[in-house]
Amino acid sequence: MRPFVLPLLLASLALAACQREERDTRPQSAFGSGEQPTPVTTLEPGGQRPSPTDNKAASFEANAFHLSEGKRLFGWFNCSGCHANGGGGMGPALMDEKWIYGSSMESIHATIRDGRPNGMPSFRDKIPDDQIWELAAFVRSLSGNAPSSAAPSRNDDMMAHPSENRMPDAATLGKSP
Amino acid sequence: MPAKNYASTRFSELTEINEGNVKNLQVAFTFSTGVNKGQEAAPLVVGNTMYIVTPFPNIVYALDLSKPGAPMKWKYEPNPEPAAQGVACCDVVNRGAAFADGRIFFNTLDGHTIALDATSGQPIWNAHIGNINIGETITMAPLVVKGKVLVGNSGGEMGVRGWVKALDAGDGHVVWTAYNTGPDKDVLIGPDFKPHYDMDKGKDLGVTTWPPEAWKIGGGNMWGWISYDPDLNLIFHGTGNPGPWNPDLRPGDNKWTSGIFARDPDTGAAKWFYQWSPHDLHDYDGINEQVLLDMNWQGKPRKVLVRPERNGYLYVLDRATGEVLSAKPYGPVNSSKGVDLKTGRLTENPDKLTGTGKVVRDICPTASGLKDWQPSAFSPRTGLLYIPHNNLCMDEEGVEVNYIAGTPYVGMNVRMIPGPGGNRGAFTAWDIAAEKPAWSLKENFPVWSGAVVTAGDVVFYGTMEGWFKAVSAKTGDLLWQFKTSSGIIGQPITYRGPDGHQYVAILSGVGGWAGAIVSGDLDPRDATAALGFVNAMKDLKNATTAGGTLYVFRLP
Ligand code: HEC
Repeated sequence: MRPFVLPLLLASLALAACQREERDTRPQSAFGSGEQPTPVTTLEPGGQRPSPTDNKAASFEANAFHLSEGKRLFGWFNCSGCHANGGGGMGPALMDEKWIYGSSMESIHATIRDGRPNGMPSFRDKIPDDQIWELAAFVRSLSGNAPSSAAPSRNDDMMAHPSENRMPDAATLGKSP
Repeated sequence: MPAKNYASTRFSELTEINEGNVKNLQVAFTFSTGVNKGQEAAPLVVGNTMYIVTPFPNIVYALDLSKPGAPMKWKYEPNPEPAAQGVACCDVVNRGAAFADGRIFFNTLDGHTIALDATSGQPIWNAHIGNINIGETITMAPLVVKGKVLVGNSGGEMGVRGWVKALDAGDGHVVWTAYNTGPDKDVLIGPDFKPHYDMDKGKDLGVTTWPPEAWKIGGGNMWGWISYDPDLNLIFHGTGNPGPWNPDLRPGDNKWTSGIFARDPDTGAAKWFYQWSPHDLHDYDGINEQVLLDMNWQGKPRKVLVRPERNGYLYVLDRATGEVLSAKPYGPVNSSKGVDLKTGRLTENPDKLTGTGKVVRDICPTASGLKDWQPSAFSPRTGLLYIPHNNLCMDEEGVEVNYIAGTPYVGMNVRMIPGPGGNRGAFTAWDIAAEKPAWSLKENFPVWSGAVVTAGDVVFYGTMEGWFKAVSAKTGDLLWQFKTSSGIIGQPITYRGPDGHQYVAILSGVGGWAGAIVSGDLDPRDATAALGFVNAMKDLKNATTAGGTLYVFRLP
């Protein structure tokens, strides 16, 4: 038996290594892409329009590197000043299940880029577009909308709440298994 | 004016409602403000009319007290910028209006001071003096002194440079502006400036006690109370916390933040200054009320200024000179070890120094202070100051922060917890002459409402559960209470109605910094939400809901 184990083990390790996520460590520095309109309502008189999807959304979501970058930027751009560590303050809570303007990557991206009328500033000229996507992905992880394998873990700072990768999964929240 | 008189005593001579009959109080009428945010304002009664300012969107209502049910005479909607809501640090509150010469003066969250004709509600002038794009808002009640409307800005959490302006009551033009940081000429410090202590003497201290340029974004805002002494011809106002909260980013004494100025109301020229918390470490804004009393102090008649300060000390100052006569803690304090009466300086506790990357635990009082803005009341009949206050402690960790205009500039993770004993609030009657408490009542939540005391020896205050209480001014015994629809954080008033009878009024509607968890629907799982206050208020959502209702009481 023994001779078989080692190659098998090595093979599985090699396979696992192949699955390592891609890291785009040099995000594009351009401002304000993704100009397509993002509805802030689910009401669509006259039938359903196809909901817009930005292919950037998928590449940033569920990506551990981008999520942890998003977390860093959340403090860096003073999002945390208004939204605390997700529980809210001057701005609304982002870790709860309530969304004013939608929970999709596209909606959150639009919120950060263009601002919202009741006090959310527009960061269009402050934050490069790729970093806005990173922030959007992180914001979703605050409410359990990111796989726990990718979401950030323990803070080095004072713990404000259980780390993002320990948030109950939003997809199954409140539903019995 | 919300504070009843220029001396800010909140004492009413009315005696119809007294210790014996207050238990019979009944609701006379109620009125919904239509705004479910923190109601911190004092209703204002002038003649037969009651005036109310709501939180954002700052609607002003005039109610006709001479008719049954007090119907609305007029309302005025200033339609402030909705974006202002995002830059108001601690709920979108307003602390009330002022009346003078047939006009109502009030401030809007988006930085306007507006004068209305008190009879018709028509706007007379509208001065735009604050800029929300740099995080500037206005929440305070203006004070009118000698034909000038005195107003200061909020924004100590946004790196906003603090100021006080005097606007001409006639047409709203700015007569003078006094900044609370920066060069002497901006602060209106000139030859008349004679501070009592050496630590406040020197040229351009508002620049030299800061790292280069830091005073420009250094806070020192004036969003609290102003008192006025006509004999000395001085106004007294505090200055808010320095920004950012993380003290490592601003070595120095950070003049003229967390202190108090005496100024000439005609020119704004500073007469003296005293700094409660030099190089503030814990967000101890110095903007609380100043109660002006003429009393015998240790055998000698003195003109004093009494100030229950956020850093936990009950200060008695000579208001002509700024000398500290007494500074005794009126609740649990461990962030400092007392005030040196020779140098005037607060002695910081070396164990509680905050800084970058360091978590300091169990600091008392909290950033919200042993007492925040909620004004106390003084009765000359008992010699007691009735102080509504907090009993909270906190953990703090300084973090790096970037200044981005119009966004918060705090740099501190904060997590608050109940103070010693577990009661998060207290209502303390302080014997000013004896320098000690006469009695103190425990409250489960911080007492975030103001107080009013009457010649009938009754004190009124509200709790964040929504109880409106009357207690004996002498003993603190509970005489009467009424459960309103939402938590109370407003300022009670009492007045004689057109029918000659005494009434008591309070706005109910939870919110403010302490109640933001409810009014802003914040998430209690985040200990740092609302700058750390949420951690101490996790159960408030189970005790009350948002509201905005005026209650008026009278005897049957
Ligand atoms: C100056 C305060 C402030 C800052 C800074 C700020 N926000 Fe906001 N934010 C708000 C306010 C206020 C709202 C609510 C706006 C509204 O209701 O119209 C909001 C709304 C949002 C929403 C929408 C929530 C929902 O329920 O739909 C998201 C997402 C968000 N902010 C993320 C961010 C991120 C990410 C940053 C940093 C890049 C940030 N915010 C910085 C104040 C702020």
